[in-house]
Amino acid sequence: MATFSVHVTIENKPGISDPEGDTILNDLVLKGTHKNISKIKTAKMLKFTIQEKDKKTAEKKIQEICDELRIYNPMVSKVTIDVFE
Amino acid sequence: MKVGVVVFPGSNCDRDMFHVLTDVFKLDAQYFWHEKGLPKNIDAVILPGGFSYGDRLRAGVIAAHSPVIADVQKMAKKGIPILGVCNGFQILVESGLLPGVLLKNTSLNFMCEWTNLIVENNKTPFTSQFKLYQKIPIPIANGEGRYYVDDDSLKQLKKNNQIVFRYENVVNGSTDRIAGVCNEDGNVVGMMPHPERAVESEINPIDNKPSSLIFESLLSSMGVTH
Repeated sequence: MATFSVHVTIENKPGISDPEGDTILNDLVLKGTHKNISKIKTAKMLKFTIQEKDKKTAEKKIQEICDELRIYNPMVSKVTIDVFE
Repeated sequence: MKVGVVVFPGSNCDRDMFHVLTDVFKLDAQYFWHEKGLPKNIDAVILPGGFSYGDRLRAGVIAAHSPVIADVQKMAKKGIPILGVCNGFQILVESGLLPGVLLKNTSLNFMCEWTNLIVENNKTPFTSQFKLYQKIPIPIANGEGRYYVDDDSLKQLKKNNQIVFRYENVVNGSTDRIAGVCNEDGNVVGMMPHPERAVESEINPIDNKPSSLIFESLLSSMGVTH
């Protein structure tokens, strides 16, 4: 068994409004000199530490946990799972 | 006739609700801690407002996994009236008992103000004493109160007459100004505004009678006459 760090990023699906991201973009970033930024999306990240036999199993297990316990609401959100050794 | 008020860690409108049920409407009410089951002789269940688990992860999602919810699910299937107010509504959607989801208000602000609701469905156990499209002055107090469903789900809600309350005006960006919905059978109702804060004239500066009809409807559905 090895220990993996797994980053779960929860963000709104495309088409679901993200007023916080819009505010950061329009009222902070674009009011400065950074005119080449076109989009900012906020997200929530959970960092799991898990013991599993390999990277692939760790990812699968975390995906199961996210689905089973509704760590994200599939109606409006999606998760991205990144595993680090 | 007994009404169960479920208490989660972080509920903070449970006592207001209990007071209204017992002192104002003379009902037999009882608190139930979320880790325990509900007895079979409960005639209605109310999930009160508050901040269960401090809204951690997402409002209502952790409470939706509480042991008591399994019993609420069973009672919902039996047709027992179930009302979720504010955080109680968030718990009902996160547990799958009601459709949709409640997102952060478009303003990103916690909104605490009086608003007007319009009754869109007067066939539920909590709205049967209203006239259709009757107006209810009522307070809201929430940060994650923006009801959202996608277009297909909205069509289903309309088709099944599941939209129970709409805001009179655009308040927080909710889809189709929805403030409250019910399940397909109509016995499970969720609403963001707080009727328990509006039924007494001492604390309602506008008109306490419309909000009272929510509880009068429950009494009527339970066969209780004053």
